[in-house]
Amino acid sequence: MKPRDLTDLALRNLREALLRNALTTLGVAVGVASLVAMLSLGVGLQQLAAKRLSQSGLFDTIFVTPKNAFRGMGRPQRDPDADKPGRSLNDTARREFEALPNVIEVYPQVRFFTEIRFNNRPYAAVVAGMPDSSRNSGAFDGMQGTFFSSAAANEAILQIEFAKDLSDKPSSLLGQELVLRYAERQALPSTAANNDASANPGESSGGGFSVVPKDLHLKIVGIVETEPAAGYGGYGNARLLMPLATASTLRAAQVNDLRDIVHDSGPAKTTYASLSVRAKSPSQVEALEATIKKMGFNVFSLLDASKSLRTFFTVFDSLLGIFGCLALAVATLGIVNTLVMAILERRREIGVLKALGAADADVQQLFFVEAGVMGFFGGVFGVLLGWMLGRAVTIGTNLYLQRQNLNPVELSYVPWWLTISGLVFAVLVSLAAGLYPASRAAKLNPVDALRYE
Amino acid sequence: MPTADPAIQLDRVSRHYAMGDTSVRAVNEVSLSVANNEFLALLGSSGSGKSTLLNLIAGLDRPTSGSIIARGRNLASLSSLELARYRCHTIGMIFQSFNLLPRMTLEENVELPLRLAEVDRAERPARVREALEHVSLTHRIGHRPTQLSGGEQQRVAIARALVNRPKILLADEPTGNLDTATGEAILALLRELQSQLGMTIVMVTHERPLAEAFADHLATMGDGKLLSTFAVKGVPQ
Repeated sequence: MKPRDLTDLALRNLREALLRNALTTLGVAVGVASLVAMLSLGVGLQQLAAKRLSQSGLFDTIFVTPKNAFRGMGRPQRDPDADKPGRSLNDTARREFEALPNVIEVYPQVRFFTEIRFNNRPYAAVVAGMPDSSRNSGAFDGMQGTFFSSAAANEAILQIEFAKDLSDKPSSLLGQELVLRYAERQALPSTAANNDASANPGESSGGGFSVVPKDLHLKIVGIVETEPAAGYGGYGNARLLMPLATASTLRAAQVNDLRDIVHDSGPAKTTYASLSVRAKSPSQVEALEATIKKMGFNVFSLLDASKSLRTFFTVFDSLLGIFGCLALAVATLGIVNTLVMAILERRREIGVLKALGAADADVQQLFFVEAGVMGFFGGVFGVLLGWMLGRAVTIGTNLYLQRQNLNPVELSYVPWWLTISGLVFAVLVSLAAGLYPASRAAKLNPVDALRYE
Repeated sequence: MPTADPAIQLDRVSRHYAMGDTSVRAVNEVSLSVANNEFLALLGSSGSGKSTLLNLIAGLDRPTSGSIIARGRNLASLSSLELARYRCHTIGMIFQSFNLLPRMTLEENVELPLRLAEVDRAERPARVREALEHVSLTHRIGHRPTQLSGGEQQRVAIARALVNRPKILLADEPTGNLDTATGEAILALLRELQSQLGMTIVMVTHERPLAEAFADHLATMGDGKLLSTFAVKGVPQ
């Protein structure tokens, strides 16, 4: 029989026992829906985690420190090249990094512990400079207020917990001023003969520095949940963010300054405590890391953490998929049951078809198409139902988050591949379920079938 | 009128069934020849093996031994698919209980063999109408079988059997569910169609008077064996 005739007959047969076939199809739909809903939650959570991490700016960023830098909180050196002499992390090195392919920008980490005064009360906080490029990275999506008005504005963005320390109503802080009290480095006359000419004269340049207390008034323009691009190396997350250009001009004494003086040994002095090198995409981080390492610097990125995260979500999605498949397996039994019942009911009809010239294959294909049609419609409704379930979970979660004064999240996501896979999987599973009934129908003896009342 | 070449040739055909430890000989060593364009009536009491013999000729069943040559082809050598094609293109069948599919209209019932024969869709409506014209039921084309009388249903079954223009028409007790007058009308129709379209008819019946009125030959069966064959109004052959 031609495919169109087969489909016509199959649809006609399905319409005849509409209620039973609709319920069977609904069973498939529920199975597919549970699969799609589970996986959409898995994918949604993965995207949420990936988005949060990418907003942190860590996955496309390589943190470069000089070889002789502390590896944070007393951790032992694991680099096999640790014994080799390292290079200074100065402007020369910075320009070399900027010239590397696939590098968007290179900026120093300006991060220091200091005092902040608000309403004449002192607060201790880590302050960090934010590069202007983070304006469009999505890192500040959902923040209260706005991003810095310019790259060198005297403005501040507060971390929400710090804002809560300052005021019971954090949003009322927007537009108000606070005072940043910091220790400015002022270079002492150098005793070394060959200072690095490229170093900023304000920076510690070999002979040591004096520390002068300074004040800076900053206008609070925004409040953010967590610090994007949180630093590493034990400096701690910043509670106050300010434009990087503004922070750089302060020449505030940083954690590494004392170390630089101790390690000072001539022209190869470290100018920067660390530099952040941003790659065009996370996929280029690994190659860049290797290149910079060969240049004689310590590098660190969260690439390995990202790989572990992907592995975790693959396992997580597989588990969700297995649970989703259980419901589909039950639905499969429903299809087998429906088609076996149909064989019993249509036994005589099968005999008539064979007497009129239907081959075994025609009868087999007819039942197969009926199973496939139920699978297709089950798949379509299932994907739709799964999407709706995912939306319902997201809406329910967001209502809860809203009550907790937290930002809404997108918990479930149905990508195109999940839609197609759900549909194809439903049809394939249904066809597999139709194998036995179809084969049984095809093998019916026409003489016996015609005698059947 | 029958021609010399046989349309169906049975040679020592047997069909045995296992029933527990015993073997039932439903058809036992039957040899029979049916000429082209002949109308043969198979007579016999219930369980005489006439319907089993008809199923063997239809290719719905296979003989335990012996050979069946239908229009030059030995059915025993045909595969399952070839037998299906033989039923589709060479054979037309009508049954005592009509066996129309109740959820389909007359048009769809008659179209069914055309679907199985993969006849072009554009050609089908004309073929269906032509078949229904032969049985004078074109005006009921959109009706369902349950809306028709027994005689009308059997006429639809005849139209369905004829739509693929078969060379052999097999009828299993076609008048069994009909009153005498309707039965006669159905057989008269079969006879008329045979002369119009030219085909061989083998009909199983236990109504001897009807058979004698319409068939060219009668074959009588008993206990699976062919007891006798008669030319109508003639002497035993």
